[in-house]
Amino acid sequence: MKIVVGGGFGVGKTTFVGSVSEIMPLTTEAVMTAASADVDDLSAVPDKTTTTVAMDFGRVSLDRELILYLFGTPGQHRFWFMWDDLVRGAIGAVVLVDTRRLEDCFAAVDYFEELGLPFVVGVNGFHGEFQYAVEDIRDALSISGHVPIVQCDARNRESTKQVLITLVQHAMSVHATAAPGTTSPSWT
Amino acid sequence: MDRGSSYGGGPGGPGGPGRWPGDQGRVPGQGGRPPAREEEDASSLVRPYAVTGGRTKPRYDLAIEALVTAAPYPPRDVAVLTPEYRAIMDLCRSARSVAEVSAMLRIPLGVARVLVADMAVEGLLRLHQSRPTTTGGQPDLRLLERVLSGLRKL
Repeated sequence: MKIVVGGGFGVGKTTFVGSVSEIMPLTTEAVMTAASADVDDLSAVPDKTTTTVAMDFGRVSLDRELILYLFGTPGQHRFWFMWDDLVRGAIGAVVLVDTRRLEDCFAAVDYFEELGLPFVVGVNGFHGEFQYAVEDIRDALSISGHVPIVQCDARNRESTKQVLITLVQHAMSVHATAAPGTTSPSWT
Repeated sequence: MDRGSSYGGGPGGPGGPGRWPGDQGRVPGQGGRPPAREEEDASSLVRPYAVTGGRTKPRYDLAIEALVTAAPYPPRDVAVLTPEYRAIMDLCRSARSVAEVSAMLRIPLGVARVLVADMAVEGLLRLHQSRPTTTGGQPDLRLLERVLSGLRKL
């Protein structure tokens, strides 16, 4: 099982993952081929380059046979094609938000919305400071009323746990309310 | 026993004959019959990863969180496996995800996927895909309930 943690660079994704993980967050590297526009025309891509994308993840054993992995999305949103692989089969996503740089999370919000993947927004307040009301943040992000927005402290295990619980509950309600067959995003 | 668990050498390192999974015993450059299950081993033109015999496509569609464990009774003598295979067998004595195999052995995710899938085909590893459907839909309610109660007990 997995949950994806998205948000802008430096918003605290790895901190969030690490606060609840039973292991120090690990890093896996994927070698991506930075495809140019003419992907399939191999003869015409002499300048094809490869890029290494690093992803941090943590692990939480939930019961004897169930292990939850938390994957931080690579910060650079031009690697959206990697996210596809990341989010496939995920329970849902947490979008971490830093209210000082709200726009950094737009790409993640757009992406999860478009996919139809259940997500919650975690407003990461350092030192328990939350400058903005939840509804103001909802307006600023223009996300629909049913998407939970929770204030959290990514460094705090209990707080992170609560965000994850909110996400799973949200995913369950999305499941329950949608007609069968309409919840699954279509993967290509 | 543990020799060869370093992967710092990169793809060029373990490139000698007989080091590629499934290639044991094959005479390089000869038309000799390869061992079983080599028929789908396609593109020899593209070799981004020497340890996978040039293949970038795994034989299973493996989720990065897919869990694998070493088979309790491997069909082959573990001592004669390639260093990569042995390192994976060692690591997977307890359940590990493909992502962990990649991270802990410092091999790129794509390579880990190919190796793990090959080893599963050969019966060396057991796959425990938690993904309920091969189409990649989201987990069902029963699983979500288990996750929820697990999280609450943390």
